[in-house]
Amino acid sequence: MLKIENLTKMFGGLAAVNDVSVEFEANRINAIIGPNGAGKSTFFNLVAGTHKPTSGRIILDGEDITPLRCDYIAQRGVGRTFQTTNLFEQASVLDNLIVGHRLRTKSGLWDVLINSKRLQWEEKACRDKAREVLDFVGLNHVENRLIADITQEERKRVAFALALATDPKIVLLDEPAAGVNPEETEGLADLMRKMVDHGLTVCLIEHKMDMIMGLADKIMVLDHGEKIAEGTPTEIRENPVVIEAYLGSDEDAAA
Amino acid sequence: MLKLASFMTRPAAKYLLIVLALVFPLIARNEYQVYVMASAFIWAIAVYGLNIITGYCGQLNLAHGGFFALGAYTLGLLTGDYGWSFWPAFVGALLMTAFIGFLVGVVSLRLKEHYFAIFTLCVGFIMYMLTDKWEELTHGPIGVRDIAAPHGFGIVDFTETTPFYYLVLAFLIFAIWFMGKLSRSLLGRTFMAIRNGDDLAQSLGINLMRNKTLAFVLSTTYAGMAGALYAGMVRFIGPEDGNILHTFDMITYLLAGGIGTLSGPLVGTVGIVWLTQSLQFLEEYRMILFGPLLVVLVIFFPRGIVGSFLGWLHRKTLDAGLPAAKQKESRIATGKGVENNA
Repeated sequence: MLKIENLTKMFGGLAAVNDVSVEFEANRINAIIGPNGAGKSTFFNLVAGTHKPTSGRIILDGEDITPLRCDYIAQRGVGRTFQTTNLFEQASVLDNLIVGHRLRTKSGLWDVLINSKRLQWEEKACRDKAREVLDFVGLNHVENRLIADITQEERKRVAFALALATDPKIVLLDEPAAGVNPEETEGLADLMRKMVDHGLTVCLIEHKMDMIMGLADKIMVLDHGEKIAEGTPTEIRENPVVIEAYLGSDEDAAA
Repeated sequence: MLKLASFMTRPAAKYLLIVLALVFPLIARNEYQVYVMASAFIWAIAVYGLNIITGYCGQLNLAHGGFFALGAYTLGLLTGDYGWSFWPAFVGALLMTAFIGFLVGVVSLRLKEHYFAIFTLCVGFIMYMLTDKWEELTHGPIGVRDIAAPHGFGIVDFTETTPFYYLVLAFLIFAIWFMGKLSRSLLGRTFMAIRNGDDLAQSLGINLMRNKTLAFVLSTTYAGMAGALYAGMVRFIGPEDGNILHTFDMITYLLAGGIGTLSGPLVGTVGIVWLTQSLQFLEEYRMILFGPLLVVLVIFFPRGIVGSFLGWLHRKTLDAGLPAAKQKESRIATGKGVENNA
């Protein structure tokens, strides 16, 4: 599904991501963990095309997407959320989501001027898509609320929905459960399982260990930009290098 | 109260305001009032342009006054020096501002946020300097005279104030109509997504450069349209019409009315122009009253008159659970009414 070959990103003399190779299988939940500054977010930015790698290749479904600009990568089916998703606070939830499907539409200025059939049809398609993803994340009851008036957890779900509205094949979720309480975290984990059940591939960065261990099919551990381990949660839990680098210091807090 | 407020967002309010604008010359006390209203409408058209790039697309363009002057000078020079009649020169002014807007946009939009604002500030100032110093073309400080007005027909003579008022009103209605369509369309939503953040917009598959350039060209064309109408009405223009202060005036109108709203530019422009007029007796001292008023507005109503009103209305209708809350068409912070009040 997503294959990373020898990916390296240098910022000045510093290797934020250093020679990472990994393969994420389709229809699985893949997690990336590691201490702060390990290069996890940079890794996402490379995959999504926000940063260009210094060297290495990113292959999505057999196609080399390394040289593409982010908007093309999004069109190829890579959706993502950010640690903080800047939504339009003064607009309703539904309004925020409609633009998510824009990349699957073609209407331009001329269509607006003459109010073309295509524009009307595409606007309906975008609206339907927005409702569909809102329903998927279980938020259709807040459709008309302003973003400013919804809870933190609902914002997280809206951010998911926005990524889903792009019709992705794989979604990159950057700390999706940061800042929500334990029950809500479990709810979000269920939502990720639901995405996989619907044929998506999920890739997430997360600090909440108990959540990751119960959720991920595969975990990759980054430290100082390098991949130090990869495997199932059980393997990672027992890996001495990982315990040394990461879990050792945090285990108590995480448990 | 709430009923009255929600009436303001209905189409009926829009038609009421158009009727008011139509009968305004009949109820105005003198021709001067009609003239002031016509110039307020012209500025409003320019502010609508600024609203596209700054309000919807989130890029603070400080060259807007320069493009206004570019439109005015293109029309003025083509009719005054080259003997074109009004309408071909008007189209020429639109094409010119669109074309120069494209060139400036392609370069300046590579910059982000403050850098973009500073760059466009410089562009605006260069345009001002050109009108002042390039005497062979622009006549420098002497300015451009003998600008043609549109040809009249029958008893309609566009060198008179009232017919020109209706001409401007027609363009204003067109400008707002198009803005309404744009802001509710997928294209408008695309601009707003860019305003919310480049990174997020790109992750949604939006081509930043293409959409920003389109928004920029649209905004400069609006400025050019306003500038050309201005030249046709005043029929004498000089470098001061491209003064950078006009850009800041327009930003003030936009902020007061409500940035990123549909009716904000009109409310802000017409409101402030009339406020300034009614404080005329204070002469220069009116700024003492005007300054604090603006500060209060920006502090307590950062989203402007229209933005604050719509936010309030949205909450009220949701709380009251009125049927209005289930509007079939949801709309992004746009006043559904075209506020067009005298």
